[in-house]
Amino acid sequence: MSTPTGYTEYHPRWHRTRLGTLWWLRRRSYLVFILRELSSVFVAWYVVYLLMLIHAVGQGNEEYQRFLHRAANPWMVLVNVVALIFVMFHAITWFNLAPKAMVVRLRGKRVPPAWIAATNYLAWTVVSAFVAWRVLGG
Amino acid sequence: MSKRPIEPFLWLLFSAGGVLAALFIPVLVFLFGVAVPLEWISPPRHEHLLALLRNPLTLAVVLVVCVLALFHWVHRFRYTLYDGLQIKHLNGLINLFCYGGAIVGSAAAAYVLWQIP
Repeated sequence: MSTPTGYTEYHPRWHRTRLGTLWWLRRRSYLVFILRELSSVFVAWYVVYLLMLIHAVGQGNEEYQRFLHRAANPWMVLVNVVALIFVMFHAITWFNLAPKAMVVRLRGKRVPPAWIAATNYLAWTVVSAFVAWRVLGG
Repeated sequence: MSKRPIEPFLWLLFSAGGVLAALFIPVLVFLFGVAVPLEWISPPRHEHLLALLRNPLTLAVVLVVCVLALFHWVHRFRYTLYDGLQIKHLNGLINLFCYGGAIVGSAAAAYVLWQIP
């Protein structure tokens, strides 16, 4: 390593303002950011819940009924209601960001961002309807 | 030292998982987490769900959604710990715990789906 200068013996101290642990409570936009990041915890929770459901179904009807009984526990319902709010929040923020993340050009012209958002919401509706139809006995 | 950066690949997993989680998970939470337990709708019959899960296409979709949703979670969660709690010094441990969790979760998903009779 070469030393290009000889005039500073010590590296100057970085000036970095220290953020406290609760910095995200200071502004509404920071809080929204953290809540959006935390939505991922509920995504992971639901993957676990879904796998428990699938496992119960695989074990037979008795185990499936037991799972349904546990799922009706008020605490479990409460967790899933909170999870629903967070995954909806995830989906909405995700689809609203999509037009910013993808720039689509059609015949040399940029597709208006509103169209991209609309396409995403349409896809969401179609997938949700299809899943509900399949699950509920289509 | 030329080391292929893994970050773009992880970001791709995060992004793909975000799309799939947004498309598939809200309706599933509503159905199995809220509507069925609160008896707004009657639960699907066991034979019906089993038949649905025996369909290879359903298995493939469930597996892909589960795995990518877990990798979506990891990416956001580790940055939440990193930025939110300002614990940058524990980064190695956090990554180990988070990616370890996602890999174990993915393996569990594959195992559960494999066990469907």
